[in-house]
Amino acid sequence: MREPTSKNQVCSFRSGQRITGRWHGNQYLIVRLLGEGAIGKVYLAKKGVQSVAIKVARESMSISSEVRALRQVSKVQGISLGPFFIDMDDVSSSSGTTSFYVMEYIEGEPFLPFLKSRGNEWMALFLVQLLGDLANLHKAGWVFGDLKPENLIVSHHPFSLRWIDVGGMTKLGRSIKEYTEFFDRGYWGIGDRKAEASYDLFSVAMLMLNRGYFHRFEKTGLDGRKQLVAKVKQQPVLDPFSSIICKGIEHRYDNALEMKRDLLDVLQKEKKRSALSRVKKKKLLKQSKKVHSPSNQVQTTKEKKYRGLYETLIFASFLLLLYILYLVG
Amino acid sequence: MSSATIRQILLITDGCSNAGEDPVAMSSLAKEEGLTVNVIGIMDEGDEDERGMSEVQDIARAGGGMSDVVYARQLSQTVQMVTKKAMTQTIQGVVNKEISQILGKNQAMEDLEPEKREELMEVVDDLGETASLDILILVDTSASMKNKIPRVQEALLDLSLSLRSRQGENHYCLYSFPGKRKQVEKLLSWTPEMDSLKGSFKKLASSGVTPTGPAIMEALNVFSKRMKKGSSRDERAYIEESGM
Repeated sequence: MREPTSKNQVCSFRSGQRITGRWHGNQYLIVRLLGEGAIGKVYLAKKGVQSVAIKVARESMSISSEVRALRQVSKVQGISLGPFFIDMDDVSSSSGTTSFYVMEYIEGEPFLPFLKSRGNEWMALFLVQLLGDLANLHKAGWVFGDLKPENLIVSHHPFSLRWIDVGGMTKLGRSIKEYTEFFDRGYWGIGDRKAEASYDLFSVAMLMLNRGYFHRFEKTGLDGRKQLVAKVKQQPVLDPFSSIICKGIEHRYDNALEMKRDLLDVLQKEKKRSALSRVKKKKLLKQSKKVHSPSNQVQTTKEKKYRGLYETLIFASFLLLLYILYLVG
Repeated sequence: MSSATIRQILLITDGCSNAGEDPVAMSSLAKEEGLTVNVIGIMDEGDEDERGMSEVQDIARAGGGMSDVVYARQLSQTVQMVTKKAMTQTIQGVVNKEISQILGKNQAMEDLEPEKREELMEVVDDLGETASLDILILVDTSASMKNKIPRVQEALLDLSLSLRSRQGENHYCLYSFPGKRKQVEKLLSWTPEMDSLKGSFKKLASSGVTPTGPAIMEALNVFSKRMKKGSSRDERAYIEESGM
């Protein structure tokens, strides 16, 4: 969407451009454009040898507003997901003054494509992480607001979820600053746009639904709640999470920790279930071995193969468990 | 400052004015009266009417407001965003006036050091959350708008949802142009509940006349009557007196 027309500032830098802040005197070298949104643009830049992200906006005051949010996030204890704030300044040129702010550059993969190529357990894992941070954010009196996959990124070594845009952060009890229709309970007619914990939890539920429908759908008909619940039930991929998604959509969670607990339960159940099905497979294999004794040799190699796979799976789930414990602990 | 009232005219149209006073001039007049004029242009898919769209921008600029031109399906998000941004801009304007009184001419928020700006932004946010808001909505109901009216209605209900989530009070009223007999017709008197607009659009004029200028003129009259009444909270009494 285009920005409404008003007094706008220049908000473009060139690759290779050097900028020096008017107030704090820091120097930055613009490397390239990283992305463009409704509010402005984000550039990759160098501060000495350090890579940083620089955001410019069409309106200077929206920079101030976001910086305030970023500072608030960094004040909240126990939040690891947000980008670190580094600097805010103006740069003057012949065409006027441009306000910008500098934050940590987070390298990684976009959230949804990452999930596409990997299993459901990763989604659960990241959401457990996200909900932990949301719980702390809510406790500190803030609501994230514009929670959507585009504002999340998966950084590597180790894989972890990070926020890259906090423009929607709103004080508890106020009206939500920024939102995206698919993730907004107001759009679906299931609630207002007051900043409350349940507003964010609705968006988390929609994040999970988005994983089942990579192509987001629009509201059809008057009853948004009914449509969403039907969509949850229609998508088999979402089966293990369906009750959590529905509870999130219907505001049946009082806080983020409750939702997190439910997700952890699902993770554990899933692990048990997959282990169980593996044991069953093995039993079946043994039975079939008895029946078809002539082809003994083929069977043994097959079994060996299965055992190898089985061990890998156990090892993988053990690693995953360790990782969860590390994140939760 | 908690009783501050922000007054906006929200104009929703899909084309060019072709009757009566010049809308840009009327919009300047509205600005002089302390109102802000925001304009949203709706375009048809694959058909961008350049003349109509530049008028949208001109009216908003003259009225000190915001404008945007979008497809009908983007209307909801645009209407609430333009309204909120314009509110913030109005408050910033007030704050800037104070600043230039203290710091000297041509000084604005942008000229302060970044840390001070952040603090001021907090004040602006607080005011935006708690200020009362009066919005007079002008909807173009000429023939070409017919199939867009359901989207307009949806967008206005969505706007009231956003505004209701604020702490401050909101009052709306709704006029359409062209009206059945007059150029401008009242569909809804001042009310804190936008929900009552459902069904207001039933009777639409089918003429091709678009008297945008007269519509803004009428909005000005309605506002000046309301302001004369002062901050009377008794809406019913007010509606009876101003009933036309």
